[in-house]
Amino acid sequence: MADVIGSALKRHEDVRLIRGKGQYTDDIKLPGMLYAGIVRSPHAHARLVKVDVSRALKMPGVVAAFTGADLKDEVGFIPTAWIPPDSDMKMPPHPALAVDMVRYQGDGVAVVIAQTPAQARDGVDAVEVEYESLPAVTNPFAAAQEGAPLVHEDIAGNVAFHWKVGGDVEEIFNRAEVVVRQEFRQQRLVPNAMEPRSAVAQWNPATEELTLWATTQNPHIHRLLMSGILGIPEHKLRVVAIDVGGAFGSKISCYPDEIIVSWAARRLNRPVKWTETRTENFTVTSHGRDHVQEVALAGTKDGHIEAIRVKTYANLGAYLSTAAPGVPTILFGLIVNGAYAIPEASAEVYGMLTHTTPVDAYRGAGRPEATFLVERMVDLYAHAINKDPLEVRNINLIPAEAFPYTNPFGLQYDSGNYQGALAKALEIVDYAAFRREQENLRQQGKYIGIGFSTYVEMCGLGPSEVAGAVGFQGGLWESATVRVHPTGKVTVFTGASPHGQGEETTFAQIVAQELGVPPEDIEVVHGDTSKIAMGWGTYGSRTTVVGGAAIHLADQKVIAKARKIAAHKLEVGEDDVEFEQGIFSVKGLPARAVTFQEAALDAYLAWSLPAGMEPALEGTAFYNPENFTYPFGTHIAIVSVDPDTGDVELMRYVAVDDVGVVINPMLVEGQIHGGLVQGIGQALYEGVEYDTNGQLMTGSFLDYAMPKARFFPKFETAHTTTPSPHNPLGVKGVGETGAIASTPAVVNAVMDALAPFGIQDLPMPLTPRKVWQAIASKGGHMHVHDAI
Amino acid sequence: MSVTMTVNGTTITRSVEPRTLLVHFLRDEAGLTGTHVGCDTSQCGACTVLLNGDAVKSCTVLAVQANGAEVVTIEGLEQEVLHPVQQGFWEKHGLQCGFCTPGAMLTASYLLSTNPHPSETDIRDALDGLLCRCTGYETIVRSVQRAQEIMDERQTEERETKIG
Repeated sequence: MADVIGSALKRHEDVRLIRGKGQYTDDIKLPGMLYAGIVRSPHAHARLVKVDVSRALKMPGVVAAFTGADLKDEVGFIPTAWIPPDSDMKMPPHPALAVDMVRYQGDGVAVVIAQTPAQARDGVDAVEVEYESLPAVTNPFAAAQEGAPLVHEDIAGNVAFHWKVGGDVEEIFNRAEVVVRQEFRQQRLVPNAMEPRSAVAQWNPATEELTLWATTQNPHIHRLLMSGILGIPEHKLRVVAIDVGGAFGSKISCYPDEIIVSWAARRLNRPVKWTETRTENFTVTSHGRDHVQEVALAGTKDGHIEAIRVKTYANLGAYLSTAAPGVPTILFGLIVNGAYAIPEASAEVYGMLTHTTPVDAYRGAGRPEATFLVERMVDLYAHAINKDPLEVRNINLIPAEAFPYTNPFGLQYDSGNYQGALAKALEIVDYAAFRREQENLRQQGKYIGIGFSTYVEMCGLGPSEVAGAVGFQGGLWESATVRVHPTGKVTVFTGASPHGQGEETTFAQIVAQELGVPPEDIEVVHGDTSKIAMGWGTYGSRTTVVGGAAIHLADQKVIAKARKIAAHKLEVGEDDVEFEQGIFSVKGLPARAVTFQEAALDAYLAWSLPAGMEPALEGTAFYNPENFTYPFGTHIAIVSVDPDTGDVELMRYVAVDDVGVVINPMLVEGQIHGGLVQGIGQALYEGVEYDTNGQLMTGSFLDYAMPKARFFPKFETAHTTTPSPHNPLGVKGVGETGAIASTPAVVNAVMDALAPFGIQDLPMPLTPRKVWQAIASKGGHMHVHDAI
Repeated sequence: MSVTMTVNGTTITRSVEPRTLLVHFLRDEAGLTGTHVGCDTSQCGACTVLLNGDAVKSCTVLAVQANGAEVVTIEGLEQEVLHPVQQGFWEKHGLQCGFCTPGAMLTASYLLSTNPHPSETDIRDALDGLLCRCTGYETIVRSVQRAQEIMDERQTEERETKIG
C-alpha cells in the first residue's frame, strides 16, 4: 500500500454531501416539533418599557410566548469562557432574553413558539414592545471617550478589561533614529458561514435528559456552559452537531437562542426548533475584528527594526461572547512582532463594550489583526528609510538557525525557515522584472503594485497549562478513541468537531497509514457528546494538530496491544515482531505473519490471548500539546489600480505556505484558497458600517460585499515543509493561514501601486470610491483632472 | 391551495398556504432537505434548483408558481451513476462544508446544459449568483471544468458503444 498520508484522497464526507444527504441542523424534523421565532430589538440601545405577548398568543398556531421576565429566574446569565489575567475584567450579565434594557440591534426581547415556522414569524410580528430609545456608541475608540453612552451602567468607561504585555519600550523610541507611527482601522467583518445558525431541542421527561442539535464548532464546550446556564447536569445533556455548514469562528459561542429553545423544549415538553434568517445572522451572530490600533515602530536608518509598540481599542460588542476576550489579547498581542526578530515589543489592549453585535473569533482570530499591522508597518518603515520592503524583510526576518525562537513576549516559535519560503515565492514572481514593468507602466499612466506578507502565526490551540495561564476557562487538549471491530474495520471517535475542513477523510488517512487498514474501512465519528467522552472542538487551526495527534497516540496503543496478540500467536517474543502495512511478521521471516485484521479478531474472540490481557481492541488517548505550532510563509499580491475609477484588480496572487507535514494536499490547498478569499475580502470588499444610532447599515448580502468567483484570478500556491518538532505528526495547521497572510499583502500591493500619488495608507476595505477619492485629493490622475 | 408538481420524476400534490415558497415546499412538503436556505434576499444561491430545465433560486419562486412544473433538486441529479457535476465536484474538491454545494452543482449543471464548453471566465460569471464562503471558488471552477470533461468522455463512450 502506498503512503496514505500525503495523498490527495477524495473526501469521504462528500459521498453524502454531493447527493444532498447532509444532515444539517435545520434538516431535522421531529414528531410534534414546534418552531420558535425571536422578537428582536430594532434599537441599539433602549429601555424596555413594555413587552406584551398577549396579542401573539391569540394568533393561529401560536402555542406559547415568553419574555425575559419568564426566563430570568430559571435561566442563568451566559458567561464568557475567557478571562485574561491581570486585566481587571468585568463580565457584564448577559441574559438570554433582555429584561429591562436592550444593548444592540438584534438583542432578543421575547420568543414566540408556534406550530409552523410561518406562524411563529406571524406571532413575532404581533408582539407589542415599547422602547425608550437611548443614545448608542458603536466605535471602540469613541466608547472610551468621556461622556460616551454606557453600555452597562456599572462598567465605567465601557472598559471590560485593560490588558498589557511586553517590556518598557519608551527608551528605545526616545533614542531611535527612525520612528514610524500609524493608526489602523481593522474594520468589523461578518463571518457569514453559508449555513445560518439553527438549534433543535428535545426534552425526554422519562430520563430527564435534554438533547440539543446545534450548529456548533464545539459541542462539549456548549454542554459545559449550558449545564451551568440551564441547571441541567452535564450527564443529562447531549449536544449534537452532525453536518455544520461552515462557521469560521461564528459557531464557537454559546448563544442566547440555543439556551431559549432548550429551556422552552423542557417547559413545553415538545421539541422546539429555531433557525435564524440571514438578517438575524447579520445582526446577532458574532462578528469579527473591529480594532482601532495605534502603532509605532522604532528602527535604524539602515533597516533594523528595534521595537514595536501597539495600543488597541478592541470592540467586543454589547456582551462578552464565549471566546471574545481571548481574541484581541492572547491571540493578538503576543504576536505583534510577526516573523521579525524585533528585540522589544509591547502591546496594550482596551477591551471595549459598545452597542453592537458581540464580537468573537473570526478566521484567524487576533492573528490577522496582528499580522496586518506588522506587515503594513514594515512597508511604511521601508518607505520612511527609502529602502525596498523586500530588503527590510530580509534584514529583519528571524533567521532559520534561530529556532526555536523566543519572541519578546515569551512565545517559543517551534520551527521555521522564513527565508526558504520567501525564496520559493521569488522563484514564482520575478521581482526585478516586476519593478521594471511597473516603472514602464507608470510612464504610461498605468499603476501596478506588489505587496508582500512574510507572515507567521500561532495555532494548534494549544497547551492546556498555557490556556489556563492566559485565562481560558477550559483545556485545549484533544481526545481520540480508535475502536477496532472484530472484522478489522475501525471507528474513530474524535473530540474535534470539523464542519467543512474534511477530517472525516484526513483522520482516516492517519489511521490508514498507521494501522495499515484501507481508508474505506475507517469511519470517523465527531460532534456528539453522547458518543465522544470529551473534546474541545474545532477552531484555531487545532483539529489536525491536536485532534490528529491524539489519534496518532491512540493508534500506538492499538498497535502495541495487537503486536502482543500477534507475537503470542506467532509464538515469538514481542520484540521479534515487526509491523508494516497492516501485517505483523517475525523479523527475518516475512512468511510467518498475522494480519492486523486477524489480530483484531483474536482480540475479540479472546480464545487465546496472552496471559492477563483484557479482550477487545481499542485505544483511547488524550493529547495535550507542549506548545503551539507556528505556520509561516510568504504571500505576494500583484494588483493594478485604475486611477480613473479607483478600481483595484487583483492580477496575481502567490501563496507559499509552510504548514509542516501535509496529510492531504488537495484539502490543504482548499483551506488556503478559502482563507485567501476571506482575507482578500477584508482588504478590498467587506466591512460593517453602523449609523450613529447603532443601526447596522450592512445587514444583508445586498449591502455587505461578499467576495464572488469573478473577483479572483487563479491562485498560485506552493509549499515548503518544515515539520513541527513537537507535534507527533509534524503538522502545523492550515485553517487560518490564508486569511491571516493575505489582507496585508493586498493592501501593501495597492499602496505600492498608489505610491506615485503620495498615498501611503488608506483604511480597508479599499473600495473604488475610497481609492479614487484618495487619488483625487492628491491632485489626481491626469485624466481625472481633465474631466473635472 | 392545491399544488401539483413533478419533483425528480415523482408527482407530488400538496395543499399549501399561498405564501409558501418553492424552497419550503421542497424541504417541508416533499421532504427533500438537500436544497438549502442560505439567505432571505435571493443572493446566496444555495437554494438553486432546476425549474423546467432553468436554474432558479427556489426562495424566489412561490410554490404555486411551480404548479405543473418539472423540478430537479440535488437529490435528482444522480441517475444510476453520479452526475458528471457531482463527480467533478468530488474529484476536484469543489466543496467543503457542503451547504452551498447543491446550489453550486445545479448552477453548474444548468451552465453545462446551455454552454457545453465554457471558458474559465464563463464559469466564474455563471457563478455570480452563488456565494460560497469555504472554497474560494477556484476548486468549484475546476470541478465544473472536470464535469465538462466527464460529459465529453461519457458521450464518446456512448458513441463508441453504439458503433460497437
